[in-house]
Amino acid sequence: MIIRILGEGQFDVDDDRIGALNELDDRLGVAVEADDAETFRSTLRDLLDTVRQSGARVPARDLVTSDLVLPDADTSLAEVRALLGDEGLIPG
Amino acid sequence: MGLARRIALLFRVKANKALDSAEDPREVLDYSYQRQTEMLAKVRRGMADVATSRKRLELQSVQLRQSADRLREQAAEAVRIGQDGLAREALTRREAALVQLQDLVPQREALKSEEDKLVVAQQRLQARVEAFRTRKETVKATYTAAEAQSRIGEAVSGISEEMGDVGLAMQRAEDKTAQMRARGEALDELMASGALEDASLPAGRDDIQAALEAVKGSDTDIDRELAELKGQAGPPPALEPGDAGASESRREPES
Repeated sequence: MIIRILGEGQFDVDDDRIGALNELDDRLGVAVEADDAETFRSTLRDLLDTVRQSGARVPARDLVTSDLVLPDADTSLAEVRALLGDEGLIPG
Repeated sequence: MGLARRIALLFRVKANKALDSAEDPREVLDYSYQRQTEMLAKVRRGMADVATSRKRLELQSVQLRQSADRLREQAAEAVRIGQDGLAREALTRREAALVQLQDLVPQREALKSEEDKLVVAQQRLQARVEAFRTRKETVKATYTAAEAQSRIGEAVSGISEEMGDVGLAMQRAEDKTAQMRARGEALDELMASGALEDASLPAGRDDIQAALEAVKGSDTDIDRELAELKGQAGPPPALEPGDAGASESRREPES
């Protein structure tokens, strides 16, 4: 499974971690809905740590899309909401 | 749905729009490549902008540090000649300069961090664009519709995601830079107002220094000259409103 951390790059994570990552990702989604900044921050940190520890960097020559795209650690809830609110906000 | 999955979908929707818009998928390759090189140029400009703002903050730090040092010397000087009020004023201003100086530290760090991120993003995008260019040429050379379609889709989606990522980093850097620029300008104004002492005045003069010198030397050259002038001159020339108006109207228009 390919996971991108915004501002950091893509990681290839073994399939046996997918369940755990999806669970964390769901919690992250719930935290955003609930406007729960504390849970959001700690869950995001867990997710980022897991991806960095268990993932291998995708080489630059591989042009692949990601299954999950994670904001970086200092992203605020407001920034996440802006990103979700309007797909036109993704530049490029 | 999880958050990261939603964001990934947003990126994909965006990439698919680009793919769907062209009749011949090979057009997408060229169009996308053009966008990529534009994006690279934009990121480089962005890096330069952030660096400029950071350097400005560093320059302001140096100026504030000089102000603080000078104000301490002035305070010491004032104490030596028994002017405690003046010393207090100098120390108060020094305190204000130091507060501003402290405030610049996190700002500078924030800009440096954005700058570093952009440098890394730029390198990553550069490598990907290079990979894309190679892929583009291969696909065009061996074009058979069905095969190319999927390979083009893959390459374009992959690079499109990268561009979106870099684009977001750019936006954040631009926002930060704009904030810092506004604060930098406010600080420049504060420094220019003399509230933190303006050490950049041509002769290095300021009101505290003037007050110190006025108290200190009664037999300095300036005082002697002043006394001489007073002795020579008659009454000072009057500046009547009428005269001022007349001289105003005679003045050449400024170009």
